[in-house]
Amino acid sequence: MSAAKNINISLQIWRQKNSKEKGKMETYKLNDVSTASSFLEMLDQLNEQLVNERKEPIAFDHDCREGICGMCSLYINGRAHGPDTGITTCQLHMRMFNDGDTIVIEPWRSAAFPVIKDLIVDRTSFDRIQQAGGFVSVNTSGNTIDANATPVPKDDADKAFEAAACIGCGACVATCKNGSAMLFVGAKVSQYALLPQGRVEATARVLNMVRQMDEEGFGNCTNTGACEIECPKGISLENIARMNREYLSASLK
Amino acid sequence: MAKSAILKSSIAKKVAMALSGLFLISFLSLHFFINFVSVFSENSFNAMSHFMGYNPLIQFVMQPVLVAGVVFHFVMGFVLELKNRNARPVAYVKFDGAANSSWASRNMIISGLVVLAFLGLHMYDFWFHEMVYKYVESNVIDETRYYDELVAKFESPVRTGLYCVAFVLLALHLWHGFTSSLQSVGFDNKIGKSLHKICYAFAIIVPFGFIFIALFHHFNN
Ligand code: SF4
Ligand code: FES
Repeated sequence: MSAAKNINISLQIWRQKNSKEKGKMETYKLNDVSTASSFLEMLDQLNEQLVNERKEPIAFDHDCREGICGMCSLYINGRAHGPDTGITTCQLHMRMFNDGDTIVIEPWRSAAFPVIKDLIVDRTSFDRIQQAGGFVSVNTSGNTIDANATPVPKDDADKAFEAAACIGCGACVATCKNGSAMLFVGAKVSQYALLPQGRVEATARVLNMVRQMDEEGFGNCTNTGACEIECPKGISLENIARMNREYLSASLK
Repeated sequence: MAKSAILKSSIAKKVAMALSGLFLISFLSLHFFINFVSVFSENSFNAMSHFMGYNPLIQFVMQPVLVAGVVFHFVMGFVLELKNRNARPVAYVKFDGAANSSWASRNMIISGLVVLAFLGLHMYDFWFHEMVYKYVESNVIDETRYYDELVAKFESPVRTGLYCVAFVLLALHLWHGFTSSLQSVGFDNKIGKSLHKICYAFAIIVPFGFIFIALFHHFNN
């Protein structure tokens, strides 16, 4: 890896006071950004500069800063989580950029993810989809059965685990030209549908989660495959096909 | 959950779009086969065309079903396009679609509209003419006219050119649409995936085959 150096960049960032007011793009210059810093550290540096200039810092979402929680959510230079694959925004590094670059940063754009402030969007529509069926009901009155007591074919267990890796970041919706949430919902449906414990409520789950997804105003999937490429956790399109199958068989019941 | 709610769901629409597309693909295959016959046998082409034109099952059952299929596929396409536009009310300043998806997959509405415009011309050229010939003018049955009619249509370089352009767009539409419809109906297992190569081959061979037939008659006659 080449040694870190400092670069000067120009930033175009979406600024919006609150959900009511109209926002606009603003341009900022930022000098001496180390290519060893992360993208969010670069934004911290910009915010420090703005605070010193007595200006309002830029609001953006983040929490773990290590690709686990799914809170960070930036649309960078036309791509969800920026110009790399298999990563979240917090895992993006400034070594991906060059001296003199202009970087465009926007919030996720979706009718179901309204902007709260600047680059922060409201993703509670995902929570409501989860609440509609993304769970298994377990009797916790002392009668719980050890999960390992129920044998699960290895292939199914692996696929369920892969689906469960979804961190609910919303990059799939953000990158989809149709603003569809089918990769997220497909992952959440699959994670349970593949396991015997999840089969019990499988019919109601898929019907309710898809109904909630439609009510939230997400678009309709046309299988462009963009979501699978941009998903930081590599959630496969197979999960959407599985959800379609689950939905079709549930609707015939 | 009420069945009507299920029918209105995004997945039901997606499956309906896929099934109508697959139905149109089956028709396209038959159409291609018959047209291709015109390249090497005038008589067989005339016999097949006559059968298609006068068989009551094809004329009064299959033809209306086909028209309904075409109308449904286009109307549903527009409904979905509108819904999808509403799903993103504020557009991105910068959107790099090419980084993660093919042009064909992102522009089904454009390729679809070109094919629709072509279908308008095609219906006027062949179908409308055929209906007038058979049912308005009530001409006597002539079992050998089809080949000459076909060749006559490809005389004009402008019409032949338009025909070729439309089929390139159809190739792009099928390039995404065929595999996409399999994915939509949930067919993504190993067999489904191995079918993808056949889908891509179909998307190239059939439209370019149509172009070949058009150019063949244009330059040969
Ligand atoms: S499917 Fe991938 S992109 Fe979509 S919410 Fe889950 S982790 Fe994020
Ligand atoms: S901040 Fe947790 S995944 Fe990026």
